[in-house]
Amino acid sequence: MTDGAHPHIDPKTGKSTTGHEWDGIRELNTPLPRWWLWTFYACILWAFGYWLLYPAWPLVHGATQGLLGWHARSAVVEDLKQLQTLRAPSIDKLQAASLSDIEKTPDLLEIARAQGSALFANNCAPCHGAGGQGAKGYPNLNADRWLWGGTLKDIQATITHGARWDADPATHSSLMPSFGRDGILKPAEIRATANYVRSLSGLKTDPGADLALGRKTFADNCAPCHGSQGKGNKEMGAPNLTTRVWLYGNRLSDIVNRITVGGGGQMPAWGEKLTGEQIKALTVFVHSLGGGQ
Amino acid sequence: MSTSVAAKSVRTGEAGLAIVLLALAFAAIFITSRAYTGAFAFHTSLFAIASFAGAAAIAWRYQHREAETPLMIDGRPNYNFGPVKFMSLAALFWGLAGTSVGLYLALELAFPWLNFSTAYINFGRLRPLHTSAVIFAFGGNVLLSTSFYVVQRTCRARLAGDLAPWFVALGYNFFIVIAGTGYLLGITRSHEYAEPEWYATSFLVVVWVTYLLVFLGTIARRVEPHIYVANWFYLAFIVTIAVLVLGNNTEVPVSLFSSKSYPVWSGVQDAMIQWWYGHNAVGFFLTAGFLAIMYYFVPKRAERPVYSYRLSIVHFWALIFLYIWAGPHHLHYTALPDWAQTLGMTFSIMLWMPSWGGMINGLMTLSGAWDKLRTDPVLRMMVVSIAFYGMATFEGPVMSIKEINALSHYTDWGIGHVHSGSLGWVAFVSFGALYCMIPWVFQRELYSKRLVEWHFWIATIGIVFYITSMWVAGIMQGLMWRAYTDQGYLEYSFVETVQAMHPMYVIRALGGAMFVSGIVIMIFNIYKTLASPALAPAPGLGAAQLAPAE
Repeated sequence: MTDGAHPHIDPKTGKSTTGHEWDGIRELNTPLPRWWLWTFYACILWAFGYWLLYPAWPLVHGATQGLLGWHARSAVVEDLKQLQTLRAPSIDKLQAASLSDIEKTPDLLEIARAQGSALFANNCAPCHGAGGQGAKGYPNLNADRWLWGGTLKDIQATITHGARWDADPATHSSLMPSFGRDGILKPAEIRATANYVRSLSGLKTDPGADLALGRKTFADNCAPCHGSQGKGNKEMGAPNLTTRVWLYGNRLSDIVNRITVGGGGQMPAWGEKLTGEQIKALTVFVHSLGGGQ
Repeated sequence: MSTSVAAKSVRTGEAGLAIVLLALAFAAIFITSRAYTGAFAFHTSLFAIASFAGAAAIAWRYQHREAETPLMIDGRPNYNFGPVKFMSLAALFWGLAGTSVGLYLALELAFPWLNFSTAYINFGRLRPLHTSAVIFAFGGNVLLSTSFYVVQRTCRARLAGDLAPWFVALGYNFFIVIAGTGYLLGITRSHEYAEPEWYATSFLVVVWVTYLLVFLGTIARRVEPHIYVANWFYLAFIVTIAVLVLGNNTEVPVSLFSSKSYPVWSGVQDAMIQWWYGHNAVGFFLTAGFLAIMYYFVPKRAERPVYSYRLSIVHFWALIFLYIWAGPHHLHYTALPDWAQTLGMTFSIMLWMPSWGGMINGLMTLSGAWDKLRTDPVLRMMVVSIAFYGMATFEGPVMSIKEINALSHYTDWGIGHVHSGSLGWVAFVSFGALYCMIPWVFQRELYSKRLVEWHFWIATIGIVFYITSMWVAGIMQGLMWRAYTDQGYLEYSFVETVQAMHPMYVIRALGGAMFVSGIVIMIFNIYKTLASPALAPAPGLGAAQLAPAE
């Protein structure tokens, strides 16, 4: 071990070390690199400058506010204001026009579709799919089959008030009874009815299916909502059972399950979240998806 | 070895710890009998089993140990390398486990069906398992084992404490098991990098304070007049982690019989404390601790003096003073007051040069020995780790700038940044240190340099895939989130951003698979090393190196 009075010299570089040694490791006595030191000072200087300009140091009450008067909260308010300015011209146009005018005027239709597709992607796509193709339990919006009606007015009402959304008194509220779970129908009746329902759209039925029982059970229990021909009823949100569009699947087991469990899907009342013009734009967009009525 | 044969007697520490462990075991059984949930009962029974096993191990050791443990043998320190050996191998195990879970998570992100709709392996539970396993289990065992090695070698003194070093080694790994199984069972505090619940953390605090005492005790016992720079960094790491864990785990358990606790802090205060903790876990666990590793293993392996003593002092104090302020940059544009955000950002900028001081000192230590990079893949691994350290500690301050953070925050850019630091810096400097230290403490020659070459190249290319894919994914994601149509509406839906990132996720998983392959190669290499016959005397432990140089 050497000390400061007799500095050790590193033979490779000719530089002196501090004279200490640990487990064979020594340390060169190199000064701080200049560029390093000056960059460090520059960063510190920059920080001081930033503290002068922006809110920085806490005081007993509040904090230093900075010379620029910048605050995150007011900056957000300003940003939102700018967004409103950007949106204003199109909002004004949609506000003034009726739904059918929007559809008939190419200029307005273009605005509504652009807004509608953005709104659809951020609000509707999670359930109805990015292209409105739907999923099991979530209606397909491209098929031109509408549970609650496919006119512009119907679609607007459904978007605004939702389905089975209790917070909105104007929501579509009808529910299919739980025929099996509540013991209204016996398993044999449910199976027969499910077979009969399949026969309505020309699907194959079980070889030994009791279609007569199915027809009778259907007439007694299902016809009040789905209609005697099974063509559905948009007032009740009761699907048309004679088409190829199936909300919960068309396998026998799917249909048996629906009759057993009943109920229906939920959709939020978007009137709580979106503005009137936004709903107009969405309505026109959705209407255009599957050729609305 | 020892000349006089003293009568063997039970030491106070042995008796005391055995009694404490038995008491803990019975307390754990009592709690198990009344635990509110099966998961908590499982954990308390693990505590009971481990405590009994600890007491039995003390009895077994008493049977097999010498009557006295000399501090010096023939004028040379009687180093205690047992815990070092155990934790260096534990590090390899956790390294493979933690990165494999990470790879699985990367695949789950690219192909979500891989969670098989099972709660135990869904992303939310596996993710903390991955982060804790790589940071605290792998990184922690590397830090603990190297610190126990380095502090002995640079102080020329046997590790302080008789049972204490083993208590630290085994206790720390037991904590990891409790934490990790807890995540899978759904036990979590939901604080990032601070998920373990009150009982696991309380136990950790006991282990950690013991660790601090062992480390300080060894330094107090040193023969060298000065404390080597690596030990400053280790000490800063140990002390600060203790403070951070205590600060962020100020919580009240629902009951002694429940795993659940609630933090004392709430709302934005809780967020601030959490990121004061979280960022300094990066600063003091993943930076200061691994700089300590660099300061010992790089000059040792390169056989060159440290570049600048003065730089090491200045950047050490600047680093630990500035780091502790930088946490709020994790909370830009939130409910955190503007002034706190400003301080977090400006201190992050000022931190740039102090971080780079370590990089300069590490890289420039190679001056006069650059040729060794061609022939020594272990040294090359450590030098590349320093380069990644420099890159990540530049990227960090850049990302802390609010305007840039507005784009980068919450995106995969953050994931890329973290992995350039953790894979490039932390893991590589750890691999380098383990490739040095395991042969030294086990007195073996490393089985194959060629396999280290393979490990180096496969892992390096893997890291490049990982980082670049996450840069692209993150910046793309950030730009898509903020894209507006000319009418003022968002251009992309969230799911469209996810779709766009899918190819990047696949590339990331490929990079991860390469990195894991590197660890498999390393474990094979170490296995073959340990299976080879012992050297005597080992190059790292030769008498020539124990004596003063002059």
